[in-house]
Amino acid sequence: MARVVVDVMLKPEILDPQGKAVHGALPRLGFSGVTDVRQGKRFELEIDGELTDERLEQVRQMAETLLSNPVIEDFEVRPA
Amino acid sequence: MRVGVVTFPGSLDDVDAARAVRLAGGDPVSLWHGDHDLRGVDAVVLPGGFSYGDYLRCGAISRFATVMTEVVAAAEGGMPVLGICNGFQILCESHLLPGALIRNDHQRFVCRDQRLRIENAATAWTSAYDADQEVTIVLKNGEGAFVADAETLDRLEGEGRVVARYLGANPNGSLRDIAGITNERGNVVGLMPHPEHAVEDLCGPGTDGLGFFTSVLQRVLA
Repeated sequence: MARVVVDVMLKPEILDPQGKAVHGALPRLGFSGVTDVRQGKRFELEIDGELTDERLEQVRQMAETLLSNPVIEDFEVRPA
Repeated sequence: MRVGVVTFPGSLDDVDAARAVRLAGGDPVSLWHGDHDLRGVDAVVLPGGFSYGDYLRCGAISRFATVMTEVVAAAEGGMPVLGICNGFQILCESHLLPGALIRNDHQRFVCRDQRLRIENAATAWTSAYDADQEVTIVLKNGEGAFVADAETLDRLEGEGRVVARYLGANPNGSLRDIAGITNERGNVVGLMPHPEHAVEDLCGPGTDGLGFFTSVLQRVLA
């Protein structure tokens, strides 16, 4: 068993209203010094068997096909 | 004239869409997300709602529903397909239309009677309108901000593929006030506002939405 993490983030040029709302809330709660917040998604995939390059490549394909929308999002795949 | 209306788990406006088809003079045909064929329909509507609970991304899971294989093939073959709201999101996720729809910039759900300008009256779904005709139909969405890179936006505008634009204050942060777009061929249209909620005087803001449904009937008859 191996675990692979896929992080999905909106591309930098895409507006992130949720991140902005969180950013706006921080000073109201007394937290200062945060200049920006971007919100993303994290997927944890449990992989059967050994984590080979081929399996990692398959996870990349999953990330590109389903887990992210490449029009608006970037993703990063890494073994955990 | 048979117009299919697809019901996904979580679709909300399939019954209204079918009713709009009927009021326009067509025969609505219910299609199920698990169907393997389109039951001989001449056009397809992907209705609004929250298919698959908007899990992952709006439209991301519906895109892989069994029936979508048939819808994508038919659309690529020229069959008229209209995606309304969640249907628009599904069309973008299916890559039948460019761009994507993200959360409204103000973070709130918007529900209002919305003025629009029909900028392309040559698509399968807008031929009943005059070019630059102003209409009022219902807008209701939480993730209705249309986004695409500048090059794609320029191309859509340059090729006259912006079907409708919001008039007045931008309701959701859509880039360049875009409310709806079409593919190169003009048979696939994605629209964030809901024409199926503006087809009767008794409820809704009037009957300005009926033209989307009469357009496609004329197209298919022609």
